[in-house]
Amino acid sequence: MKKIMIFGAASAIAQETAKLFARDGEHLFLVDMNISRLEAVRDDILARFKTKIDLYEANALDFDKHQELFEKAIQTLGGLDYVLIAHGTLPDQTKTQENPESIIREFNINCVSVISLASIAANYFEKQNQGCIAVISSVAGDRGRQSNYIYGAAKGGVTTFLQGLRNRVAHSGVSVVTIKPGMVDTPMTAHLPKSPLFAKPNDVGKGIYKAMLSGKDVAYLPGYWRLIMTIIKMIPEGIFKKMKL
Amino acid sequence: MIIGNYESWGRYPKYSPFDVYYVYWRNEIPDLSKFTKKILPYAWGKSYGDSCLNDNGILIDTKGLNKFILFDEEKGLFRCEAGVTLATILDFAVPRGWFLSVTPGTKFISVAGAVANDVHGKNHHKSGTFGCHVTKFELMRSSGERLICSPEENSELFRATIGGLGLTGLIIWVELKLKPCPSAFFAMESEKFYNLDEFFEINDESEKNFDYTVSWVDCTASDGSLGRGIYNRGNHAHPDEYDLPELPKQKLKNFPLDAAFINQLTVSLFNILYFNKQFNKTEKKLIHYDPFFYPLDAILHWNKAYGKKGFLQYQFVVPFGNEKEAVKEILNEVSKSGKSSFLTVLKTFGDIKSPGMLSFPRPGVTMAIDFRMGGDRTLKFLERLDGIVCNADGVIYPAKDARMSAEDFQNFYPQWTEFEKYIDPAFSSSFWRRVTKRIHNE
Ligand SMILES: NC(=O)c1ccc[n+]([C@@H]2O[C@H](COP(=O)([O-])OP(=O)(O)OC[C@H]3O[C@@H](n4cnc5c(N)ncnc54)[C@H](OP(=O)(O)O)[C@@H]3O)[C@@H](O)[C@H]2O)c1
Repeated sequence: MKKIMIFGAASAIAQETAKLFARDGEHLFLVDMNISRLEAVRDDILARFKTKIDLYEANALDFDKHQELFEKAIQTLGGLDYVLIAHGTLPDQTKTQENPESIIREFNINCVSVISLASIAANYFEKQNQGCIAVISSVAGDRGRQSNYIYGAAKGGVTTFLQGLRNRVAHSGVSVVTIKPGMVDTPMTAHLPKSPLFAKPNDVGKGIYKAMLSGKDVAYLPGYWRLIMTIIKMIPEGIFKKMKL
Repeated sequence: MIIGNYESWGRYPKYSPFDVYYVYWRNEIPDLSKFTKKILPYAWGKSYGDSCLNDNGILIDTKGLNKFILFDEEKGLFRCEAGVTLATILDFAVPRGWFLSVTPGTKFISVAGAVANDVHGKNHHKSGTFGCHVTKFELMRSSGERLICSPEENSELFRATIGGLGLTGLIIWVELKLKPCPSAFFAMESEKFYNLDEFFEINDESEKNFDYTVSWVDCTASDGSLGRGIYNRGNHAHPDEYDLPELPKQKLKNFPLDAAFINQLTVSLFNILYFNKQFNKTEKKLIHYDPFFYPLDAILHWNKAYGKKGFLQYQFVVPFGNEKEAVKEILNEVSKSGKSSFLTVLKTFGDIKSPGMLSFPRPGVTMAIDFRMGGDRTLKFLERLDGIVCNADGVIYPAKDARMSAEDFQNFYPQWTEFEKYIDPAFSSSFWRRVTKRIHNE
């Protein structure tokens, strides 16, 4: 039985990954900031699969409680093999850019808290010479665009941080998986008009599960986003800055 | 801003909601009394007419209520949130040896929608309606109350909500009794019948031995061949009796165009080819539950084949006693009009009573016919059919309807005034406003 902690486990995407680990009979430690949501997620999984699930309520912004959270997880699970960090918020770009305080808040949720959690996990895994840290970043972090650069920059920070972290812990047999979903149809994007580019949470969740099992470095989900982002990154800045993206 | 498409399956009439509200968590349903306009739940929009529409009102999109709650594998008791589709339930339950006790002809509907329309299927003569297998559900009212409804608890609201067209409150979750199934396959027989009398003969004998029966009728045939078609019947296939094939991988295709592909010519051709594709009088095969129950689900959005103007499905039931004459008369009208339909379905309902107060199925013969929406002429034509149904003491199915008159509805369902007492004051639908226009006094 593998021991898995998921932070942001009420996320529509993370729930799908959790189901697949539950199907395999793994022991899950699910964390999110609202216990009643976590209970609904747990009931859903337990109605489908027989496995062990523990719940823990925590807010990513309580940085000083991150260490304690890991201790609790390791104690409850009797160790730790996989960590998935999935929480996030998608701010309204035009509203947020007017207000530095909310920019900082978005960075704290989408970047600072993630870096803190990933670091604690890495330090623990490095000591035991095994483990896998997967983090949901985003294709939005690959290049800053006027329509979404606050969220994008936070995710970009995460992506770069994970690159370095991967480089550091690779020598200890620890894998760091950067997940870069494109647009996914979840509560986070409920207010956005849907195009055929939108993926379903269960497809993305499955991609995360596979990437975690194989210890892949970077997973674009669905895979075609790798091509799209390669092209977007190739556009010279002089042209890019005049585009409305 | 309203994201997405909130039309009905028939794409007629074209009504837009004023706004759409999403729900995701069953413990965080908003206060339903806070909306300034009437509200109606909406999930997958598979009701054909306007019973899932709320012109200038609020729709509560329940697709996000997509979680399972419990499954008792011994007893086959299954509880899930309102927006879960029958497809999802089958994906889960069939490999574990359980099947839906009743399923309609599409699996892409929500479980709460199945309750609200008290849907029926090919086994009505053996198992009754969907509502007969609902053990309980949770209903949220605009008063803020969350009520558990079952045959024992809040039993009147239980009866009103089954077949209650989504008007009695917001269904949060539903608990169902599943039925054991020995495999994902069905042993099916198809038998040709050359006229309506033959249908009734085959039907009498088939209903005794087969759990599932339904017929396709060639509605372009006339005179001596009037009502010819193919009778399909089947039972769950047991692995002890049959050599079962591997599970097929279902590939869903999207209907590629949004264009009126269905017209007189294609329909006539289809009907003739379909009737003649079967050479022998009787054919037997083993078939997966998908093509057995849901042949049309293989093409997502097949409704687009009718073009932007949409289509109407006309489904009625006439009680035994008047059935043969009425069905003949209707088929005559249809074949004379040349307004032929792709899929005309004929089936008898048995006498198992549904708990639903406003339910459609009752003992008799039911028929469903599709018509391309061709404006006033189509509507006038359907009014002629209404006359035949009324004379035969039949009724029309609200879940399929977009146009029956208030007067007819009120005659068909005299219990509607009783039902009205259970409607949540914050709820309404385009259908309900249309069929409850006061005719007398007021
Ligand atoms: N949807 C997309 O198009 C898309 C694309 C690329 C990347 N992503 C990323 O994918 C991940 C999952 O998102 P999703 O689409 O599944 O959205 P979601 O369903 O809204 O999930 C986001 C989750 O993060 C939790 N969360 C937010 N702030 C938190 C905090 N301060 N502390 C703890 N938990 C917090 C939320 O908790 P509550 O439920 O309690 O609010 C929620 O469970 C996110 O990192 C997102 O940035 C999404």
